Amino acid sequence: MKGATVASRYGGVFVLAVIVAVLPWFLPNSFYFDVVINSGIAAIVCVGLNLLIGYAGQISLGHAGFFALGAYSSAILTDNLGWPPIVSLGSGLLVVALLAFAIARPILRLKGHYLAMATLGMGIIISIVLNQEVDLTGGPDGMPVSSFSLLGQEVDSELGWYWIVGGSLIITVWLALNLIDSAVGRALRAVHGSEVAAQVAGVDTTRYKILIFVVSAVLAAYAGSLFAHYTGFLTPSEGSFFRSIEFVTMVVLGGMASVFGSVIGAAILTALPQFLTVFHDYEHVMFGLVMMLTMIFMPKGLLPSLRNWINKRTS
Amino acid sequence: MSSELLQFLLSGITVGAIYALVGLGFSIIYNASHVINFAQGEFVMIGGMGTVFIASAGAPFPIAMIGAVLLAVVIGISLQKLAIERARHASVVTIIIITIGASIFLRGLAGVIWNRDFHSLPAFSGEQPIHVAGAVIVPQSLWILGVTVAVAVALFVFFNRTMIGKAMLGTAHNPFAAKLVGINTNNILILSFALAAALGAIGGILIAPMAPTHYQVGIMLGLKGFSAAIVGGLGSGPGAMVGGLLVGIAEALAAGYISSNYKDVVAFVIILLVLFFMPSGLFGSRASERV
Repeated sequence: MKGATVASRYGGVFVLAVIVAVLPWFLPNSFYFDVVINSGIAAIVCVGLNLLIGYAGQISLGHAGFFALGAYSSAILTDNLGWPPIVSLGSGLLVVALLAFAIARPILRLKGHYLAMATLGMGIIISIVLNQEVDLTGGPDGMPVSSFSLLGQEVDSELGWYWIVGGSLIITVWLALNLIDSAVGRALRAVHGSEVAAQVAGVDTTRYKILIFVVSAVLAAYAGSLFAHYTGFLTPSEGSFFRSIEFVTMVVLGGMASVFGSVIGAAILTALPQFLTVFHDYEHVMFGLVMMLTMIFMPKGLLPSLRNWINKRTS
Repeated sequence: MSSELLQFLLSGITVGAIYALVGLGFSIIYNASHVINFAQGEFVMIGGMGTVFIASAGAPFPIAMIGAVLLAVVIGISLQKLAIERARHASVVTIIIITIGASIFLRGLAGVIWNRDFHSLPAFSGEQPIHVAGAVIVPQSLWILGVTVAVAVALFVFFNRTMIGKAMLGTAHNPFAAKLVGINTNNILILSFALAAALGAIGGILIAPMAPTHYQVGIMLGLKGFSAAIVGGLGSGPGAMVGGLLVGIAEALAAGYISSNYKDVVAFVIILLVLFFMPSGLFGSRASERV
């Protein structure tokens, strides 16, 4: 039994790695590359967010705030202060980690609706600051970001970005799966089941919740930083409430507590608006419908529901 | 008191009254179902935008206003019947996501069916400002305060003097016991969504002559209404009223004395501070949690 789960776990990472490795040969033009790279960036955020929502059972409606903080730290440190991009990236992650750690304890003491509102409030405060600090961020007009370079080598091709994002996604998924299978993961599942029971059994639930909150915030900031250098231009809308909701919708659609589900959810909801231009006007309507319908008719999400269905068919 | 301070207080109380109406809606739904309806702000938007578009179709304003409130009520009841009720036994996270989905859906629909421009309603009785001790107040402010007080009194009578109002309070205290004494708790849920929708829409209509309405106006007004409800203590009617005024005044003072750019931050800082340090608010009951 144990062997089977380990096999399926690393089997999944292997399949993902194979898909990432062969996909470039099937992408006809730069438009497709762009969609895939953006899907990958969203997927990194969603895998982290799913650790928090799906495994620890703690909702966050403010993760776009962390995404935007990562993005703007990279942009400001690289462009305004002239730091090397990789140092800016690291500093941005450190800042977000410290911030997430500082607010995690009071925020995670809250539950359910209160937690949702508090994370939402935090996200909106970040978004308002980005809009108002015009000298630093360019305000609502946005700011340009220079390209990413590593060891003097500038990343300017789409294929280069593809490998960076693809590689990051594989590592993120691998880390997430390991985390879930560790003592931390077991503790989190216990927290999700019944926090009080977990505490009674001697699990330091607060510590684990804080850990996961910080991990998910840092992953969001990392993705934000990649996004900033990749697109080359940032506006405060990257940290908006709607962006936070997009991330949650991706997690929910793919399946809560399903790491690969998050990747699929992120890919679907990033790609759909790009390929169906009718989506543009109806973007809000569609996102709202997806959220409601998934939660009412398929609360487990796409991938777990599909897996159940296949299991039923084959047994 | 300086006239400047008086001016800030007056404008704070005016918007605060709107937050109070929205906050009351949150509290009523929370009491009946223990759901926080993230779509509450959309009722405010439907009130304002609905009036604008029904009036532009040729209806006189009073009819348009009633039409907009009814529209919000119908949507509120549909939300309860079609979405919330179907997920009755779902986890809190699931219900949060459903109401957020509903709010984005309604907002998107308003943007598509109506449009994405700003619209104003004419003031109910002229724009001639009234001077009070060096400060100015527009007649619309008096309308807002008057209607809010009237609504508060009506709700007080409803909850304390009528059978159906008492049934709602009973359901809030203990749904199971309420069922045992013959209260149809399903109807109470529908009624609470209808009432909350109407309150939101009334707030949206009242504020539209002072602050232009827009398909996205519900986000901020809804969240500030929530902030009002939480300051006063979620589920407490008088709490939502006091909370609304406090949030409105804090916002006006911050805009006047600190920075108008950061006016919108005030409500969220209040939400965080109250949740961190005083989670049951000013008037909320300190209930111990059942495991």
